[in-house]
Amino acid sequence: MRERLLEIESVTMKFGGVTAIDALSFAIARGEIYGLIGPNGAGKTTIFNIITGNYRPTSGRVLFRGEDISGIKASEAVHRGIARTFQNIRLFKSMSVLENILIGLHEQTKYSYIEAILRLPRYFSYEKMMREKAMEILEEFAIAGFAHSNASALSYGNQRKVEIARALATNPTLLMLDEPAAGMNPIETEELSRIIRKIKEDYDLTILLIEHDMKFVNAICDRVTVLDYGEKIFDGSPADAVVDEKVISAYLGEFRNA
Amino acid sequence: MDLSTFLQQLVNGASLGSMYALIAIGYTMVYGVLRLINFAHGDIMMVGAFLTYFAVSFKFPFEAAVALAIFGSIVVGILTDKIAYKPLRNAPKISLLITAIGISFFLENLFNVLFGGVPRAFSAPEYLSKVMHFNGIYMPVTVVIIPIMTVIILASLLWILYRTKYGMAIRALAFDIPTVKLMGINADSIISIVFALGSALAAIGGIFYAVSYPSIDPLMGIIVGLKAFAAAVLGGIGSVTGAVLGGFILGFTEIFVVALFPELGGYKDAFAFFFLILVLLFRPTGIMGEDLERSRF
Repeated sequence: MRERLLEIESVTMKFGGVTAIDALSFAIARGEIYGLIGPNGAGKTTIFNIITGNYRPTSGRVLFRGEDISGIKASEAVHRGIARTFQNIRLFKSMSVLENILIGLHEQTKYSYIEAILRLPRYFSYEKMMREKAMEILEEFAIAGFAHSNASALSYGNQRKVEIARALATNPTLLMLDEPAAGMNPIETEELSRIIRKIKEDYDLTILLIEHDMKFVNAICDRVTVLDYGEKIFDGSPADAVVDEKVISAYLGEFRNA
Repeated sequence: MDLSTFLQQLVNGASLGSMYALIAIGYTMVYGVLRLINFAHGDIMMVGAFLTYFAVSFKFPFEAAVALAIFGSIVVGILTDKIAYKPLRNAPKISLLITAIGISFFLENLFNVLFGGVPRAFSAPEYLSKVMHFNGIYMPVTVVIIPIMTVIILASLLWILYRTKYGMAIRALAFDIPTVKLMGINADSIISIVFALGSALAAIGGIFYAVSYPSIDPLMGIIVGLKAFAAAVLGGIGSVTGAVLGGFILGFTEIFVVALFPELGGYKDAFAFFFLILVLLFRPTGIMGEDLERSRF
């Protein structure tokens, strides 16, 4: 196995009496596209929240590049190279698309209060550089034409792209996408998987994603972990997942009966 | 009212409105990011005026005294946030509000105990005490300088809010704090910037006030602060442009009602609150605060 970027070591998460995650372990190698799948309420988003520091696990550890990051601050997780998007889109809606990306670039915009107030050359050179970088990222998602539109004016599919672009702007090593294809039509989903593969190569990313659309998962993920009621029931390739007995009964069975 | 009186009152209104606007911005910005009516904000204006007074009495040149006072007020503003409000970030909003009222009483009484409640004469430098005279109009230079300075300050503020990464972060913070943190931004340091900007403007407003009505006392921030708060609500709390608009509307109304109906002069302090009641009754979101869901910078 290649270098392990992220390791989840027997992580348990309890909310009061409810066990949302039960002794879960899995590891993601650098450069992988890794899928986290499972029925609603299986604990997928909880894992995301643990990795990005929103929750401290009840027990177990999260290792990133071999370092324990369990329970770190959200902003610290970003500084270490972890970025995420949300299931429900959380853009700064009254700001322009470009400004949304610029906020993602905030920590790389290295001028001080003084330089900003006195408008020293560093302020101008960084502002210019960051705007160019933001446009470059938007180009990658083919939404540069919307740079000056209000984020809320974009279609649902494009808002998702802006959110991924904004996460990408924070310069991550690990990009975590919570249901990136939710609410997209098949053509948009197709385009999205193409973009995800491209940014993975262009920006040398490792990607962890939560998704319900099995076709999408099959098309893009190298490996998957299937969760049910906070427990891991499968680990392996997506092609094997869809024929696994346990997975079928726990998850895909839902669709058969439906 | 003849033209010259009208012009004179117009300038007076702009000058008074400037002070309300400068102070109202602090209310509106803090509300924008923390959803807190910072009732201690009016007292920061008093702190600004007092610090100027003391710096001048220690023989600092007036300009240096002003700079020191603005810096001191920024420190006080940031400290109130760090000490009093920050521990309550996840507490119910009502706890924050009560704390703000407590901080307000604390500052007023602290200055009362330390320096006494007797109003002190505030002496502005000579060039600010001059009265201009043309075509039968008499105007103190301050009423001209104050609105001009205010416009410059407001332009700088808008520039910070819209053209720098700090302003961008402030506007984003007003919309969604957890997501801002997920951009790697330290939300608390951005909140400190909000308090710093608000306090600096309040101190400037306080100094303008002290120069125009040359007397200061520890309770001077109460009524002016409440009126500026009314202005912020009138303009739409959370909106910077709204606060400016509300401040000027209030300033002009106060001056012109008294000029047109001198017999109402004794009620001039009541207009702000009359407006406040009307806004709360008929348009609780104020002039600019149309959509409660949006960030309002």
